[in-house]
Amino acid sequence: MIAYGEKIREIAKKLLAEERVDLIIGFKQGTLPLMTEPVMIKEPEKTDQLYWSSFCSMNLANYLPKRKEKIGIIAKGCDSRNIAVHIVENQIQREQLYIIGVPCTGMVDRRKIQSLVDGKEVREAIESDEELTIKGNGFEQTVKKIDYLQDNCITCMHRNPVIHDELVGDLVEERKDPDPYDDVKEIEELAPNEKWELYSNLIKDCTRCYACRNACPLCYCPTCFVDEADPQWVGKSIDPTDTMTFHILRAFHCAGRCTDCGACQQACPVDINVRLFTRKLNKDALELYGCEAGLSIEERPPLDTYQPDDYDKFIR
Amino acid sequence: MSETVITREEIKEFIKSLQGSYEVFAPVREGGYHRFKQLTGDEAADLDFSNTRLSPKSLLFPQSERMFEFTLDETNEDSHILKETPKEYPPAVVFGIRPCDAKALRLVNVNFDNPEFTDPWWAKRLDSMTFIGLGCNDPCSTCFCTSVGCGPFHEEGLDILLFDLGERYLAKALTDKGEQLLGQGGFQEDADVDTRKRAGELKKEAEHKISSHVPTDKLKDKDLLNLFDAPFWDEVAFACINCGTCTFLCPTCWCFDIQDEVSKNQGDRIRNWDSCMFPLFTLHASGHNPRSEKVQRARQRFMHKLKYYVDKYGNGVACVGCGRCVNYCPVNIDIREVFKLMNEW
Ligand code: SF4
Ligand code: SF4
Ligand code: SF4
Ligand code: SF4
Repeated sequence: MIAYGEKIREIAKKLLAEERVDLIIGFKQGTLPLMTEPVMIKEPEKTDQLYWSSFCSMNLANYLPKRKEKIGIIAKGCDSRNIAVHIVENQIQREQLYIIGVPCTGMVDRRKIQSLVDGKEVREAIESDEELTIKGNGFEQTVKKIDYLQDNCITCMHRNPVIHDELVGDLVEERKDPDPYDDVKEIEELAPNEKWELYSNLIKDCTRCYACRNACPLCYCPTCFVDEADPQWVGKSIDPTDTMTFHILRAFHCAGRCTDCGACQQACPVDINVRLFTRKLNKDALELYGCEAGLSIEERPPLDTYQPDDYDKFIR
Repeated sequence: MSETVITREEIKEFIKSLQGSYEVFAPVREGGYHRFKQLTGDEAADLDFSNTRLSPKSLLFPQSERMFEFTLDETNEDSHILKETPKEYPPAVVFGIRPCDAKALRLVNVNFDNPEFTDPWWAKRLDSMTFIGLGCNDPCSTCFCTSVGCGPFHEEGLDILLFDLGERYLAKALTDKGEQLLGQGGFQEDADVDTRKRAGELKKEAEHKISSHVPTDKLKDKDLLNLFDAPFWDEVAFACINCGTCTFLCPTCWCFDIQDEVSKNQGDRIRNWDSCMFPLFTLHASGHNPRSEKVQRARQRFMHKLKYYVDKYGNGVACVGCGRCVNYCPVNIDIREVFKLMNEW
């Protein structure tokens, strides 16, 4: 996956030089070892800033809604699915996009790496195809990347971009595991009060910074319901009721649209796995409507269409 | 002022003994990171940390705080009258605060307690607290405190500063409050010349280990509008997702919003942290928003810290170089880069 960087720069340079796109959205190297920064490039000479590593975890589809230009965008499997969702939801037109697909073998979870070294500061990270070497004061360690992937990458079933105009490498093998929802099933087994406790505990440190919401490509409403001042739908303090209201409503707004890209979880400054909300809804969307979000640019999300044979057991 | 040697055991005992007469707040590790918490029972501080994920500002300036209460019940003679929510200010000790965070509290103080306005809750809390700082022997690569008028053993805002000498600490009293608190420990051993020398070396070594430096020298003389209109903001802000992470984690961000919350006839006036990154922050009642675009909001954060504050208060930038925003911005927007851009523009 390391070699992708070179290919990305090459493609981007060509696209800009030939004026086939107005700009490229990709990643540049971060100022910290386990980070990258989304970047927009407009000049062919600046394409050498483009970069690829196992820490390109943000979802670049987030930067598309309402843009008018012709855009070249780098897309992992999950980003491509969110691009498809955007196209279906009219946030961007397919013709505007030149999708540079990245067959993905998974992003490494920076927090897992940090807890591996017990919170000590990682000052340098060197990657090869399979391995990652991290160095800091008084330690140096080499690990297999596959052992430290983001949770969502471990269960990801669509590592290859679902739509693309060009690929930066050969397609990778998709995971065949038929059931990525073990964690959700465990929660489904719990009694209602236990579920409530689990979720209340999950968000007890939430600061309502909204990084989870804002990192998510799905959240493009001009004014989010939590930001609405008149009428005010939900209190703005960190009262547990208001915080829970935010999380539950956010998750339901993502139902049948979420691609489990993990950007929300990665963005949270206090390590909350908000995917535990959306994953339950993803599972429901799959089981009740046979829907996995973002696999096609034709199919509308299950909750804004109607089919006569739709699941309706909840109507009594 | 005294300089005393205290063993690791003694300091544990001391902190424990203080719990009888003070509320003691200290870093503890919960989940994957350290946070300030009131110690109760046998819970001990965990000083094996670089810094707490969230700054200790919430001890004085809680994220959500009830200010007033009111009733809308017209049959009540106090109907529609705001009544201050009763609060207590028991003496408190903040143990293990880092020098950058202690300085940050002084910096925030110019907003909450100045000749024009005094925020009574902030001021009384600050007054009720004694700060025992812990110098940083091993600063992180993202710490740039020495560039912004602070440092790993900076004393501003502290009552006592601890030097970690391995098995023992040197405790340096910096104020009468600190002297008095140390006195309660009944520590016998005054630091001898060698120990004081060792502490001095530790400080120098730590300052030397700071590997991040940012330029600030030209900020003051820059033309404000020129900076405001600089062409680099679009690039700086592109990746920004306008979350509140940088401002909520920052020890020097002080903005808040005031909200009335009413349930049936009973109401509370609450103050919540707010963030210049949020569109609602500047939304006018008319519907107009002077900072409707993300780039305007991102620029505001940097302009406030590195220019408006500099011009208004004349005591440097509104940043103590703790590196929290650098480490936890989900898209790696790095204020150190913005320092360079602004200073060199
Ligand atoms: S909810 Fe989270 S996992 Fe789902 S699409 Fe949004 S950011 Fe990705
Ligand atoms: S990113 Fe984390 S702290 Fe911020 S609102 Fe989401 S869950 Fe809460
Ligand atoms: S700079 Fe980073 S942390 Fe701050 S609002 Fe932007 S994305 Fe969030
Ligand atoms: S701006 Fe960033 S580095 Fe400066 S004090 Fe705030 S969080 Fe720390």
